[in-house]
Amino acid sequence: MATTDITIDTRTAPPPPSTKAASAAPSLILGEHQLCPGCGEPVALRLLLETLQDLGVVDRSIGVVGHGCYGSFVRIMDIDVLQCLHGRAPSCATGIKRMRPESVVFTLQGDGDMVNEGLQEILHSAARGENITCILLNNGVFGDTGGQQTATTVLGQRTKTSLEGRNPEQHGYPIPIADLVASLQGSGYVARGAVSTPGAVAKTKRMIKRAVQSQLDGHGLSLVEILTMCPTGWFVPAAEGADYQGASMEPVYPIGELKSQENERA
Amino acid sequence: MTLELLQGSVAITRAALAADCRFFAGYPMSPFTPLLEAMSREMAGAGGVCINAESEIEGANMALGASAAGFRSATGSCGQGIALMQETIAEAALNETPLVVFNMARNQQDYYQCTRGGGWGDYRTITLAPKDITEAVEHTQLLFHLADKYRAPVILYGDDLLSKTQVGVHVAPLDLPELPAKDWALDGSASGTGKSRQVWTFAMGKKNDPGPGPDGQWKRVAAKFAEIEPVEARHEGIHADDAETLVVAFGSAAKFAEYVVEELRGEGHRVGLFRPITLWPFPGAALARATRDVKRVLVFELNAGQMIDDVRQWAHDRDTIRFIGGVSIDEHGLAYGPLLDAPVIRERILAEHAEPAVVPAGRS
Ligand code: SF4
Repeated sequence: MATTDITIDTRTAPPPPSTKAASAAPSLILGEHQLCPGCGEPVALRLLLETLQDLGVVDRSIGVVGHGCYGSFVRIMDIDVLQCLHGRAPSCATGIKRMRPESVVFTLQGDGDMVNEGLQEILHSAARGENITCILLNNGVFGDTGGQQTATTVLGQRTKTSLEGRNPEQHGYPIPIADLVASLQGSGYVARGAVSTPGAVAKTKRMIKRAVQSQLDGHGLSLVEILTMCPTGWFVPAAEGADYQGASMEPVYPIGELKSQENERA
Repeated sequence: MTLELLQGSVAITRAALAADCRFFAGYPMSPFTPLLEAMSREMAGAGGVCINAESEIEGANMALGASAAGFRSATGSCGQGIALMQETIAEAALNETPLVVFNMARNQQDYYQCTRGGGWGDYRTITLAPKDITEAVEHTQLLFHLADKYRAPVILYGDDLLSKTQVGVHVAPLDLPELPAKDWALDGSASGTGKSRQVWTFAMGKKNDPGPGPDGQWKRVAAKFAEIEPVEARHEGIHADDAETLVVAFGSAAKFAEYVVEELRGEGHRVGLFRPITLWPFPGAALARATRDVKRVLVFELNAGQMIDDVRQWAHDRDTIRFIGGVSIDEHGLAYGPLLDAPVIRERILAEHAEPAVVPAGRS
């Protein structure tokens, strides 16, 4: 083992600990979140808040939030929020945006919220071309209620309501919601990101930025589906969440942009 | 004052616009459809938005969103569609968002639905039941006021007669007291200031401004409805002061009963009418007073007997109560059946009125 000559000065106090990490948190976060260790949602939510700050639209941003673990995050988000019924966020957001077209209106939903209960609202809102930005936090399970199967649970995934793993004979197939939304004329920007690696985080942030920009440009509904880790609901160790997600979800839900105005112009 | 010949749905739409309603969303369903059509025709001209939603659930939630953003908003349907909206109506009650709901009902079988809810939680919906289009024009404006005043969902109990009949009507803006500014509404301007707002049923607030929490919020909401109950109950009595036979009826059925009561009075029968104008709060104390000296209370409603539960709760003597209504619907299932007919009502009232009153043992 190589050694270096370090003289430790024991007579003066050490410098204060670095504050870099703390000051890097967006000022829109008011405190500590209470989500599980290894959960992907806090990262995704932070990216959204940073984006609103980067684009300078914080003072006209209104969120519409459904129900899921991310709901507890709302308490520390310094953003005006309507927390609505499970699945109904795009409909509520429609009412807000139509009356306040100058606002930046976003929705936050989990996969159980958007794809199970709220499938109708997301598809119709996209078809109507509502000028809102929808963020889907997709971890393939109902995390909040303890890990049951949702409409996006991948085949083979074990959940509390598909104990032997989801199989199509009994449970049907998962719904790729981003693809459905992208296929509708009223959507302007659709992408699928993840927060499982630093590279994916950086890419996802760019996607969120383009989605909100698409709303500012009036291109209709924008959707960013973000694959997030739920080690608790998946019953895997927290540290293995990212790898597990990469192996199980990403082959079914490929990361990338599905639709953008630039793609269409190209 | 010039009267304009208007279909009821158009008159109600004009009244809503006069009350500053600027957002409407609904899903077609007879006899609510003409109201949705009138709103879609007239809303844009008033600078508002009307959306033909893809379901009642979506329409109600769109209106909830527009209300949460601080605008006077409404939705509507009838019976089955209102059933789908009950989730949202309960949500609006518990998160304290004003929401006006037009139930252009097929008959009077939605009484429980409007007065007992069907969503979850300790809430009620202020429900006004106009007897005709002229009154519906007033009630519509009053409802927007009450919804804002109490930050609560409210219902107009209309029907196919109010929806489709044409009458000469004058839509005069009601002179109602000013209400405080909506400092709770979401406009985004508080985002990033440390004072951002939140609207939700659990009311747990933000980290730096903890709300009352579910227990505190739900108690507060329950207390609010308890306060509303005695002050917002409305009723009308016609020849009720000296009646031997008191008919209790609401909505269009009450208008028909009123005609019959006037006719019978003209012939010397001591018959009167008590009409609850608010179905909730039910004007119970007034009914108790009005039934103190009567020989019989005849409940006429076009259902199997729903309001009669409230009458039984409040009438001075339960044993005087008779039910003279019933389920009566046309063959399409959309409009009133043969019971809503003045000669039929007359016959049913007279059959009871002619009977000697049975004074139960023990009552002097
Ligand atoms: S249950 Fe899953 S989604 Fe919920 S906080 Fe825990 S890890 Fe996150």
